[in-house]
Amino acid sequence: MNITEKILAKASGESKLVPGDVIFANVDKVMLHDVSGPGVIKTFEKLEKDGVVKIDKLFDPSMIWVTEDHFVPSVDKISAANISKLSNFTKKFGIKKHFKYGMGQYGICHSMSHEEGLVAPGELYVGGDSHTNTTGALGAFACGLGHTDIAYVILNGKLWFKVPETLYFKLNGKLPDGVMAKDFILKIIGDITTEGGAGKAMQFGGSGISDMSVESRLTLTNMTTEAGAKNGIVEPDQKVFDYIEKRGLTNYEPVYNDDDAQYEKTFDYDASELEPLVAKPFSPDNVSVVRETTGVELDKSYIGSCTGAKYEDLVEAAKILKGKEVKIRTEVLPATISIYKRATEDGLTQIFINSGAVVGPPTCGACCGAQMGVLDKDEVCVSTTNRNFPGRMGHIESKTYLASPLVAAASAITGKLTDPRDL
Amino acid sequence: MKGNVIKYAQDNIDTDVILPGPYLKLHEHSELAEHAMEGLDPEFHSKVKNANIIVTGNNFGCGSSREHAPIALSASGIKAVLALSFARIFYRNSVDGAYLLPIEIDEATYTDISEKDELEINTDNNSIINITKNKTYSMKPFPELIKKIIDAGGLFKYKP
Repeated sequence: MNITEKILAKASGESKLVPGDVIFANVDKVMLHDVSGPGVIKTFEKLEKDGVVKIDKLFDPSMIWVTEDHFVPSVDKISAANISKLSNFTKKFGIKKHFKYGMGQYGICHSMSHEEGLVAPGELYVGGDSHTNTTGALGAFACGLGHTDIAYVILNGKLWFKVPETLYFKLNGKLPDGVMAKDFILKIIGDITTEGGAGKAMQFGGSGISDMSVESRLTLTNMTTEAGAKNGIVEPDQKVFDYIEKRGLTNYEPVYNDDDAQYEKTFDYDASELEPLVAKPFSPDNVSVVRETTGVELDKSYIGSCTGAKYEDLVEAAKILKGKEVKIRTEVLPATISIYKRATEDGLTQIFINSGAVVGPPTCGACCGAQMGVLDKDEVCVSTTNRNFPGRMGHIESKTYLASPLVAAASAITGKLTDPRDL
Repeated sequence: MKGNVIKYAQDNIDTDVILPGPYLKLHEHSELAEHAMEGLDPEFHSKVKNANIIVTGNNFGCGSSREHAPIALSASGIKAVLALSFARIFYRNSVDGAYLLPIEIDEATYTDISEKDELEINTDNNSIINITKNKTYSMKPFPELIKKIIDAGGLFKYKP
């Protein structure tokens, strides 16, 4: 079995699973945020009102963690009410891991999962958000769900899963200068399309992945969601163990491929052939080389989100922005408070502010068109986020180009889509 | 079930257009219905007065995991979506939350069904009757567990 099949087998008590098997599996960790959380609460209210279940206690409050990210700072009375509801809920059911806006560490759920060491290698983790796939870079089975499924998991501790086929993406060699993990995943999505991984596992390996930092791997698994994948995953290695140990996680059982691991299909990539890419409006698979789109005039550069505002993403953006001045509106939104704190201690925040950019609080913000810098009609944005469907970041006729933090920073300086190697 | 068709002859209709991000803070089903398909079709609300089945292409419901998407469609009156394929979370949400039937159809059926056709869907024998065109198609049968969850009325009512 491969790592995805083995984690699902372990969690369901089966000795052998093959793609297509449908199982009920025990879940180790579950996440909800200020959109899926109120959805869960609403589901519970309806189930109780309809007499379907009586909810006195949850399966295991310690397996649950909650963060506030989509609508913080609260944008209006409705989102403020959602945050209050969430606080009442976690208090009522004894959920201790509730990361609150304005009370120390909090941030975008998928970045919290690795920053806080909330999910360990070998675990089965589900979250009420599609980009839950992100955390598979730590060697966990991580997949996103809607709030009915999340409600079911926190009451019963288990859920049904269909064992996915696995696509294996092998990266050979080191990424060249100017090229980031974001460019590799955009290349893959451009090749296989937004349906190419539908319902499947996308696993990454090869010397290029071993060479990559944990945070770069998280960019890859994050955007497996854009290919429709059930989960993204990387076999854990010493880099992962060191990364999570620094975040207080030491007790876990890693899972690896068996020697006879099978994949539905293997894709080989030569790292030296990769270059900076963008996904043009209006789909993450509408991929083009930056140098072929150079000159597209921009109104904004957005450096934020779970896929593009990790600490290393900010380090790369700061390398470009240091001592320079931005020509277009530029926003930098570190993904969590811990990242914000480190960026401030290391002088990155100062570099961004000196360049003219705004540094804002951790939030999903304009990535999902929620708040804080949404786009007007005809506005054009280069963004380190993960989706560019119509209206995703604001007005239905706004345009988003998805790119790496290096491309977003280089383009902020020139006001046009720019390959960082051409600065 | 029986009803008329709204047809979107395109692939990859994502949940951002089915229910745009700014409304994720809403959780009342009737409020979500008001914004259904806001990013795709301004005529949806007038169409849905006389229709309750959507027919569309591949990868319907891709993107965000928001359960708000099937809720908004269901609360607008949509009972079934017939598509060439579905994105996995939209499919799960539709079944586990018992909002609507996500039915997979083949290319010929997809091509043959037109806007406003009246269909009768029978999930017990996996048939779709096009009353307007006097034709019968077959749908892809639901996997065993999915059928049981649908018949139970959602995941919480299903007893493993």
